[in-house]
Amino acid sequence: MLKLIIDVFFTFLRIGAFTFGGGYAMIPFIQTEIIDIHKWLTAEEFIDIIAIAEMTPGPIAVNSSTFVGYKIAGFWGSLAGTVGVILVCTILSALAGKFFFKFKDNTLLKALFKGIRPAVIVLIGSSVFSIGKVALLDIKSIGICIVIFAALLKFKLHPILAVVLSGVMGVILFA
Amino acid sequence: MHKLFELFMVFFKIGAFTIGGGYAMVPLIQEEICSRKKWSSDEEFLDIIAIAQSLPGVLAVNTASILGYKLFGIPGVLAAVLGAVLPSFMIILVIAVFFTQFVKYEITERVFRGVRPAVASLMAFAVIKLGKKVGISTFNIAIGLLVAALLIFEVHPILIIVLSGIIGIAAEYWGGRSNAKADN
Repeated sequence: MLKLIIDVFFTFLRIGAFTFGGGYAMIPFIQTEIIDIHKWLTAEEFIDIIAIAEMTPGPIAVNSSTFVGYKIAGFWGSLAGTVGVILVCTILSALAGKFFFKFKDNTLLKALFKGIRPAVIVLIGSSVFSIGKVALLDIKSIGICIVIFAALLKFKLHPILAVVLSGVMGVILFA
Repeated sequence: MHKLFELFMVFFKIGAFTIGGGYAMVPLIQEEICSRKKWSSDEEFLDIIAIAQSLPGVLAVNTASILGYKLFGIPGVLAAVLGAVLPSFMIILVIAVFFTQFVKYEITERVFRGVRPAVASLMAFAVIKLGKKVGISTFNIAIGLLVAALLIFEVHPILIIVLSGIIGIAAEYWGGRSNAKADN
């Protein structure tokens, strides 16, 4: 059992350390490692887990590693999977942060980020379109989108309240 | 200790109420960290996202780690990352142990169908807020259009960040020099 837990840890360590771009980029990698190489889960089980990881709050990569870890080796497996997937990127990010905050007044770095900032806004903006494509399917969902947007604009609605409110609207409207 | 707990709680909220991957956490972090707590400016937040996106791993965890480090060093990293991850861990564990049929419940599907359009609104709103902060200059619009074009051709986000950074530096040295000439 201990060997299995250590195996789960190092598998997710690899997944966390080598995938760029978070959740969706990680799914094919997890699939290869878990289904094809280790044969820890069947493809059907994996698809169900991804669906749950997408529907529940929190980062998809963390959700799926917790779930897959649990399926393979119970509670300790889920802990090993979760810690494994976040360990390398937490350390790398802290180091990058240390460097960034030390040199952020450097002229070169300032110029670099001056170019990057508008690019990041467009990158985030582009994911509005990809979410919109799967979220806005009928009059009801477009209605929710407009109502929430108006409430954000007019009443500075807190994002958490927006999520709760839209969930309630979903339960009522899609009955 | 009190401040660390505050940081932990902020990321706990972010972890607990962000539905959908990647940039879906942007509106909530922007609201909590930049607008309310004023722990970071909007501009710095964009820089942090760029760094987080350029590193391997989980975007939300990377962002938490960088912001945590900025605020309280290594203890800040632990508090923020633990906060961001703990809700996921607990929720998934409960589902894995008790509700493996979670996706098949009709009510889950209804909640989700309601939340998804709201996530689109939240993100659009955050983009507008951040866009206003960065400002609508010819330079920013030019970069924006270029990035949009690159995205249409499915150029990788990291490549886009690197390229726009290089343009930023090139513009500074060219633009800076021509400005200096103009001043003379």
